[in-house]
Amino acid sequence: MNLLMNLKEALQSLNANKLRSFLTILGIVIGVASVIALLSIGESAGASITGEIESIGTNVIYILSGNSFDEVTNPKDLTLLDAEALANTRRAPNIAYVAPVISGGSEVSYAGEGLESPILGITPDYQFVQNLTLSEGEFITQTQVEGRSAVVVLGPELAEKLLGRRSGILGNTIRIGSYPFRIVGVTEAKGGSAFNNPDRNIYIPISTAQTRLPHGDSPNSVQYILVSVDKAEEADNAVQQITDVLRSTHRITPRSPNDFTILNQQDFLAVASSITNVLTIFLGGIGAISLLVGGIGIMNIMLVSVTERTREIGLRKALGARKKDILLQFLTESVLLSMFGGILGIGLGWMISFIVSRIAIQYGTPLAINVTPNSILLATLFSAAVGIFFGYYPANRAASLAPVEALRYE
Amino acid sequence: MAENEQVIRTENLTKIYQMGEILVHALHGVSFTVERGEVLAIMGPSGSGKSTLMNMIGCLDIPTSGDYFLEGELISSLDDDELALVRNRKIGFVFQKFNLLPRATALANVELPLRYAGIDGERKMLAQKALESVGLGDRIYHQPNELSGGQQQRVAIARALVNEPAIILADEPTGNLDSQSGEEIMRLLLELNKTQGTTLLIVTHDPDVASVAERIIHLRDGEIENEEIRQ
Repeated sequence: MNLLMNLKEALQSLNANKLRSFLTILGIVIGVASVIALLSIGESAGASITGEIESIGTNVIYILSGNSFDEVTNPKDLTLLDAEALANTRRAPNIAYVAPVISGGSEVSYAGEGLESPILGITPDYQFVQNLTLSEGEFITQTQVEGRSAVVVLGPELAEKLLGRRSGILGNTIRIGSYPFRIVGVTEAKGGSAFNNPDRNIYIPISTAQTRLPHGDSPNSVQYILVSVDKAEEADNAVQQITDVLRSTHRITPRSPNDFTILNQQDFLAVASSITNVLTIFLGGIGAISLLVGGIGIMNIMLVSVTERTREIGLRKALGARKKDILLQFLTESVLLSMFGGILGIGLGWMISFIVSRIAIQYGTPLAINVTPNSILLATLFSAAVGIFFGYYPANRAASLAPVEALRYE
Repeated sequence: MAENEQVIRTENLTKIYQMGEILVHALHGVSFTVERGEVLAIMGPSGSGKSTLMNMIGCLDIPTSGDYFLEGELISSLDDDELALVRNRKIGFVFQKFNLLPRATALANVELPLRYAGIDGERKMLAQKALESVGLGDRIYHQPNELSGGQQQRVAIARALVNEPAIILADEPTGNLDSQSGEEIMRLLLELNKTQGTTLLIVTHDPDVASVAERIIHLRDGEIENEEIRQ
């Protein structure tokens, strides 16, 4: 028996029961499609999160209050005084800029139209830490911080949403809560995503935020402090200096753990990749379950087919077919079934990921879908394996039929 | 090979089936021989053991005890794959219900034993020749449902012939045919016996069919009742 004849015969037999064959492979189609779609969506979601984190830049360090790894007794908030201490070039020579941030949400309105938005209370150095440039006007100045001025710098997307345009809006007044703020600047569009988009930010002087936004317990406390270094290689030194400075300002005794957390890009990436890994495994698992269900469907139909063709099997044995000839014949059919299912599933999965990426773009999150050759290879091999695994039992049953009884079967 | 060589020799063939609690003695010490080129009929009422005997001779089943030699080879001791090989090389089956693959052409049906024999290059040529020898050279690409009953049985005969077997085993070959097609099929089988020297074993309960044989073995209750030698 050569392989080609075997394939041809299996095709003929599947072709004779077109509807049944199609329904049988549907389970595999759906299984493979979901594996392909879920893996590619998971992968590209991961890639887009990673991309965002990378866009933070390697030379920005986040300092958050609290420590989620060790038990801290009597933790202290981060304060403006901490920020001042970090800005001291003698104590922390590797730090370029320090930007304490008070963030809070509030209703923002213009001409009666309002929306809920996060608001950042910042100092002038925030512009340099985040590399912001302005398309018009100026960023918050030191004078405005000292004077607690009611001024605001808008991200372009937010300006568009609130005022209907991105330029020519300087001097207009918007309301944050019930307080009027004068627009003094609009930042240049930077791009970003739903997760972190500077184009949707609202910046006000940190001193103004202290009085106008609800925040921590002490009047000087801030939510987080951003620190930048000139070169990425200096980051490790900077982290050490930040630790030393903050432990001294927070009066932490030598054996006690930090009551703050320092995160740089590497740390964020590690967290994000562990999240996306879990996501990918989870989604892949769902797909694998549907493949399993599809495989059972194939086994079921092949068992029916063996019963239906008992006489044919008997005849073939009478004509000289050995056990392995019959085994191969039925295995070929089930592998062909699952391979067809796999191929259709790859196409369908591709389509689903394409549609999902379109929808994501509609909602402003660019999600580059890439169906990798790896996932195609995986799906093909896996579906063939499903065919062999679930086809073996029925095929073996066919091959083990006694010729006399098979021939006599009605 | 000698003219009067024995193709089949059985010694005390016995087959016992277990049917639930009871043992059924389907064959009980059957011994006979068949010579090359002979036409032999096996007759008997239903339940006489003729199907069981046919299964033994066709190497579809092995006896519980006793020996069966086909062309001098002891069949009763072979395993499944060896039996498959013997069926493939030495036995041509003709069934009452034709047993053709419904979705395959006449040619593909006749090629089937050659495929299991591993014959590749001249397969089509041999199958075509076999179909021509049964008078169906012009219908090789027809499927069974496009052929009459008699024609289908001819395809089955071509399939039985194509491996040049030692014996052709015909089980009620005319049972599903009208009398005219039945006569044609019998004529064809006898002609092949004459021209190609194929040994022909016919299992039947129809005396008309059996009457073409040179020798008739009558079975009853799993034993040979008598042997009738004609002309």
